[in-house]
Formats: sequence, structure tokens, C-alpha cells
Amino acid sequence: MAPKEQPIEKRTIAVLVDNEPGVLARVIGLFSGRGYNIESLTVSEVDPESQLSRITVITSGTAQILEQIKAQLGRLVPVRRVSDLSMEGPHVERELALVKVTGRGNKRVESLRIADIFRASVVDSGHEHFVFEMTGKSEKLDVFIDLMRPLGLVDVSRTGVVAIARGPKGL
Amino acid sequence: MAPAQLTGAEMLIKALVDQGVDTIFGYPGGAVLPIYDALHLQNSLRHILVRHEQAAVHAAEGYARSTGKVGVVLVTSGPGATNAVTGLTDALMDSVPVVCLTGQVPTHLIGNDAFQEADTTGITRPCTKHNYLIKSVDDLARIVHEAFYVARSGRPGPVVVDLPKDVLQAKSRAYVAPTAVKHRSYRPRLKPDREAIETAVDMIAKAKRPVIYAGGGVINSGDRASALLRRLVRGLGAPCTTTLMGLGGFPASDPLSLGMLGMHGTYEANLAMYNSDLMIAVGARFDDRVTGRLDEFAPTARKIHIDIDPSSINKNVIVDLPLIGDVGRVLDALIKAWNARGAKLSQRALKAWHKQIDVWRGRDCLRYEQGDKVIKPQYAIQRLYELTKDRDTYITTEVGQHQMWAAQFYKFEKPRRFMTSGGLGTMGYGFPAAVGVQIAHPKSLVIDIAGEASILMNIQELSTVAQYGLPVKIFIINNHYMGMVRQWQELMHGGRYSHSYTAALPDFVKLADAFGAVGMQVSRPDQLDDKILEMIETPRPVILDCLVDQKENCFPMIPSGAAHYEMLLGPADKATKRASEEGMVLV
Ligand SMILES: Cc1cc2nc3c(=O)[nH]c(=O)nc-3n(C[C@H](O)[C@H](O)[C@H](O)COP(=O)(O)OP(=O)(O)OC[C@H]3O[C@@H](n4cnc5c(N)ncnc54)[C@H](O)[C@@H]3O)c2cc1C
Ligand SMILES: Cc1ncc(C[n+]2csc(CCOP(=O)(O)OP(=O)(O)O)c2C)c(N)n1
Ligand SMILES: [Mg+2]
Repeated sequence: MAPKEQPIEKRTIAVLVDNEPGVLARVIGLFSGRGYNIESLTVSEVDPESQLSRITVITSGTAQILEQIKAQLGRLVPVRRVSDLSMEGPHVERELALVKVTGRGNKRVESLRIADIFRASVVDSGHEHFVFEMTGKSEKLDVFIDLMRPLGLVDVSRTGVVAIARGPKGL
Repeated sequence: MAPAQLTGAEMLIKALVDQGVDTIFGYPGGAVLPIYDALHLQNSLRHILVRHEQAAVHAAEGYARSTGKVGVVLVTSGPGATNAVTGLTDALMDSVPVVCLTGQVPTHLIGNDAFQEADTTGITRPCTKHNYLIKSVDDLARIVHEAFYVARSGRPGPVVVDLPKDVLQAKSRAYVAPTAVKHRSYRPRLKPDREAIETAVDMIAKAKRPVIYAGGGVINSGDRASALLRRLVRGLGAPCTTTLMGLGGFPASDPLSLGMLGMHGTYEANLAMYNSDLMIAVGARFDDRVTGRLDEFAPTARKIHIDIDPSSINKNVIVDLPLIGDVGRVLDALIKAWNARGAKLSQRALKAWHKQIDVWRGRDCLRYEQGDKVIKPQYAIQRLYELTKDRDTYITTEVGQHQMWAAQFYKFEKPRRFMTSGGLGTMGYGFPAAVGVQIAHPKSLVIDIAGEASILMNIQELSTVAQYGLPVKIFIINNHYMGMVRQWQELMHGGRYSHSYTAALPDFVKLADAFGAVGMQVSRPDQLDDKILEMIETPRPVILDCLVDQKENCFPMIPSGAAHYEMLLGPADKATKRASEEGMVLV
């Protein structure tokens, strides 16, 4: 029935949109309505002057579906540009996590030592807890969080991935 | 002098008039009373009062499809807006430019579950091309002009503008003219890529078995696009098939026409697609009703796809060369490039190809046998065609077998003469669409080819045609069944006719009478012509209830999920070719 099985690929896509009401709902509705995957989605205004927001979305699918996703995004009226960062050369991806660890004694010391190795900084602390802030690739965040688990991890908050192309050119 | 102060409602009317709107289809309610008040005090805009908001949208679609202009709808908040949703979805699927103005509760009550509040922008987001909620009267004129621009530009579609009541009542001097409004970012691409055009010429020049597959985009693009398509097809001498939505985009009587393709398309059209070595898809979207089984779709053809919407490219079928742009502009560039190169197809190959096509035509796949007792539905439509073809006629349809027979047996020579619900397949579309067509073309003959089940879905519009004296004709192909459903049950569900018999039908003659229309019935083949002529000659709304063979099926048919060459040509075929299990899950 369906054309020959194609491999599933993962892509990081940057979308520049007019920052108008409902634009995020349109993008999310497009993914859920058409059954596309969202692995991560972040959004923020990047140019208040011209009211532009930038959405970074990580998605996966076959090459044909990925092409559809980009075309469907491009078709939304407030979307200005769709850029497939994974395809258009090297790019940098970063995510930020806030990680709360509660504990005493050795565990507490150990968590601080690991945070140091990972270059996470302490943004809040008390006698029985730390809140670490850490920025990096998502996989690195995963590792850090896993290491914190036995040490009294109680809360994690992550931003999702933001990304930008390497080199001198803008979107 | 400072511009005059206007209320939001007055500004809306002014914006509509400045957009060249002459007619709106609507239904009043609390939230839109300020607009109805403003309508009452002017006479540049005509308001047609329908009897259901769904019908308002279909009427606007009929108006838009038959004129090329944007259709305009006005409904109230809450139930008014939710009733319009089917129509909006229909317009989205068939790329029809519509602007739908919906009332909304005042801004300070939004989100409070106020009386007749609905999240209209939320509900209509997936079924419109775009939508707006106007929060300040100062934005009103700009947004309305933008809505028209978005609805008609690029791939056309429906746009909703949600208007809170306080915005309609607020006053402002901030009116802007359409010319002063430019959309911030929406600029669909119209002009094709030069290099791609040259590549297309290379590809076409090598073809031995070319076929042109034309769709609704040809009609959307305007009359010039149809003229250019004729020039291309005749210039190449290649056969041309059209989709349901493309009917009339290429003249059916042309010797190069193969008729419609797809599930109920002709044998010659489907086999030409399957065996072609070069396909030019012109404003068509490779719908599943057209392609059938995807991995067997035109396997040997190199494919060129002309479309204004990049998301139509490679959606269902991977093509070799996309030509993104407006059909008219692309064809213009293609024909110029072809002529500039002095390119020509191999005449020997073309001759052999046409010889093969003539063999397929020889199967006479639409043949049926008309006896002297019961009217065959195909015969009814063929006679309707013969008796109306020399008039200024517009045809709409409902959804079902009658729709397919209309597509097969009514020959359309010109674009914008056939209005049907293709993508959504909305029963109840045809009659209100005919209302919209008749409003746009008051002197023309407008006929809704209907099924007895479908017509009941918007029958209340008889009251609208009575009020405005619209001489719309309803030609009911009455088979006492939801025929299309019955056909699938017969072919795929062992003849278990679950709930597809249309019992307890009204007496359509009396029904017409009750609404002040003219009702007639015919059941004998020898009386059919007289009744059709009587219907046409009656300068009033008419229902002609045409009782036809109840068991007739629509052939050819490609069962869901089957390939083009697996067409069923008639009842005798069904025993040998059964729908595959994979096909059974398809709609
Ligand atoms: C019961 C039933 C049976 C059906 N059976 C069949 C059948 O047998 N055969 C059949 O063909 N259909 C059939 N249909 C209809 C089918 O479902 C689709 O609606 C139809 O095939 C789509 O036609 P299209 O490809 O021309 O696309 P449309 O829906 O008309 O889309 C037009 C395409 O052209 C593009 N376009 C629009 N404007 C422009 C422009 N200005 N320039 C360039 N491109 C443009 C659009 O982006 C889009 O891709 C059936 C429907 C029903 C309800
Ligand atoms: C609103 C809606 N509901 C259900 C369907 C499914 N459906 C498609 S055709 C059909 C039967 C139509 O019967 P009728 O109008 O008598 O036409 P016929 O097929 O008999 O010509 C039905 C129920 C639909 N297309 N639209
Ligand atoms: Mg019927």
C-alpha cells in the first residue's frame, strides 16, 4: 500500500513567524492535526521591533514526511521562513535545564562535585538542596540528570532545544 | 478634513464595498445586530437571507466558484459560527475563496462562557486558510482587507474574521482603503523558475506516451489558464484528462479529451495514466480518489507537477519536476519556451499512442442499457445534458452516485460551469451552492443534480429561493437509496444494506408546493424529455423528482486501494476482482 519503507530521520527546523495571536496554536495544531511528531518545541520573540518570533522544532519522519512538514509550515499565513538546520549545513543546538537535588551529607557533596565537572552552576541553595543551572546539548543534560537521580533529584525543568546555523549568515 | 468617525459595523460595510463585494449570504443574531443595523441603512450591498448557516457558506462557494470572486458570509456568534464549520471545511478542501464574518461576544466577556460564546478562531483554525479575531476597531479595516487578500491569493481558501460586538459598536476614524493594506508576510509564489521550465521542455520533448492531467487549479487560475491549457494540449497533440474539480477546464468535446480519471473515471483516462511515459499534472493534487493504489500509480511516467502550493508537491506521489507557480503563468512560460525551442513530439510515437487510446475508448466504458420501463440514472443525466447544453447553464451537484454520473454524462465545455463538493464530499452542498450561482447569474439556467437523500440535508433553502424568486431547478435522481453507500455495501460488504434505504421520503411534489415552488415527478423514460423541458421552461423554482432504477451502480469503478488497471467495468466484473483487505480500510 504505502510506498517502500523509508528510514526515519530527525531534523531541527527553525521557523520565523509574525508574532501574532494564535500563531503557536497554528504550528502545534498543524503537527497534531496531521500526525507529525514533535520531539521538542521552543518559541520566543526574537525581534520586538518587527514582531518576529522564532520557533525551533525538532521532529522526525521519513524524507517525504519531513518535506511535507516544511511545506505545510511554509503554507501557514504568518510564517515567514522555514529553515531545515539539519540539512543546511552545520549548526549549534543548546538546551538549558534547572535541576533540583535535595539531600544531605555525602550525596550532597557528590552532587556538587558532579555539577562542577559538568560546569553546571548553582542558582539556589539551602541546607538541604541545590538548584543547578546547566546549558549544553540535550544528551549532556540527560547524562547530568541521570547522575543526579540517585543523589536526591526532585525536580527538573528544561527549556527544549534552541538552535542556530554556524557561520556568518543569518536566517 | 479628518476622516469621518464610523462605528465598527459601518466600517465593515465600507470595507466590503471597497473590496467590490455586492452580495453577502447571512443569517442574523444578537452578536451581529450592529452589522444588520448598518446593512439596513445602506443599499450598496445585497444581503441574501439563507435558512441555515451551512447553506450560507455553500451559497458563497457557489457564488465564488461560478464568478471567480470572493464569496462573503455573515453569521452570528456561537451556533451561527459552528453551523458554518462544515461549509468552511468544504471551501478549504476545494480551495474556494470565501470570507466568513462571524459575530462574537464583547471582548470583555470572551472566555467567560458568555451566552452564545464559542471559541470560533479555535474551532475554525484547522478548517480555514487563516482566521482573525479583531480586538480593536482601529484594526478592523486593515484586517478585513487582509482577509480578502489571503482568501483570493495563492491557493484560495476560506478566511474567518471574528468580530466582537463591542468592536462593532466602537467608533473610530481609522478606516483605511484596500490599496493602503499590504500583508506583512504572505506572498505566494506565482512565477515559475526559468530553469525548471527549460527542464520541462527537455522532458516533454522526449515523450512517446504523454498525458496531461488537469485539475481544479486550472479553474482557480482563471479563464486564461483554461485557454492556455487548450493551447498546450492541442499544440502537443497529447491526450488530456481532468479531475472532478477540473471538469470544464478542458472542453469535454475535444477529440483529445479523455474525460474524467480516477475512481469513477473513464477506462481510457485511467489506462492512459497507467501506461504513460510522461505526465504533466496541471493544478491537480494527486488525491487518493485519483491515484488509486500509490505504488502502482503511473509507474513508468516521468512526472511534471504544476502547482501553486508547495505542500501539494510530493505529498502523495513523488514527482520528477515540480513547477511551482500559478497555472496561467507557468503554462504561458512553458508554451513560450516550447515554441522558442521549436520542439516537437515524435509524431510516429504519438500516432501509436493515440491508436492504443482509441482501442481503450472502444470499450465504451460508460455504456448502459436503457429499456422502456424504468429510467436509468445515466439516461436521465444524458437527456438533461442534451436538452440544456445549448443554453447558458450552470450545474451543481450533491454527493453520491448522481454526482459521479453528472461528472461522466454532463459534458462541460467551459470552466466555472460545474460546482461540486469534491474534497469533503458534503451532502447538502448542491442546492445552496445553486442558490449562490443563481444570485450571481440571475438570467442563467441553474440546475442542482441531486440525490433524494442529499437534498434533504439543506432542503430548508426552498424558503430562500421562494423569498428571492430564484428559479433554481432541483433535478432529483431518486433511486430510493443512498446509492453510493448501497453500491459499496453491495461490492464490499456482502450486500448487507445496512441503513442505506431512504425510507419515509417526503412527497417531493407536495414539498415543493408547500414552499411555493413547482413540483413534478417523472418515472417513464418516454416522458422524461417533456418533463425536463417543462422544468427548464418554468421561470420559477422547480423540483423534478425523477424516479430511476433503484439498483443501478456507477461504473467504471476502481475499488479503494486498487490500481488503475484493476477497474471494474460493470456488474459482471465484481465476482472476479475483490477489494483487497488493505483497500477495505480506505474511505
Ligand atoms: C463520491 C466522490 C467520488 C469522487 N470520485 C472522483 C473521481 O473518480 N475522480 C476524481 O478526479 N475525483 C473524484 N472525487 C473528487 C476528489 O475527492 C478530489 O476532490 C479531486 O480529485 C481533487 O481534484 P484536483 O486534484 O483537481 O484538486 P483540487 O482540490 O481542485 O486542488 C487544486 C490543486 O491545484 C492547486 N492550485 C490551486 N490554484 C492554483 C493556481 N492558481 N495555480 C496553480 N495551482 C493551483 C492547489 O494547490 C491544489 O493542489 C470524488 C469525490 C466524491 C465526493
Ligand atoms: C454530510 C454527509 N454525510 C454522509 C456522507 C456519506 N455519503 C456519501 S454518498 C451518500 C449517499 C447519498 O445518497 P443520495 O443523495 O440519494 O445519492 P445517490 O448516491 O443515491 O445518488 C452518503 C450517505 C456524505 N458524503 N456527506
Ligand atoms: Mg439516492
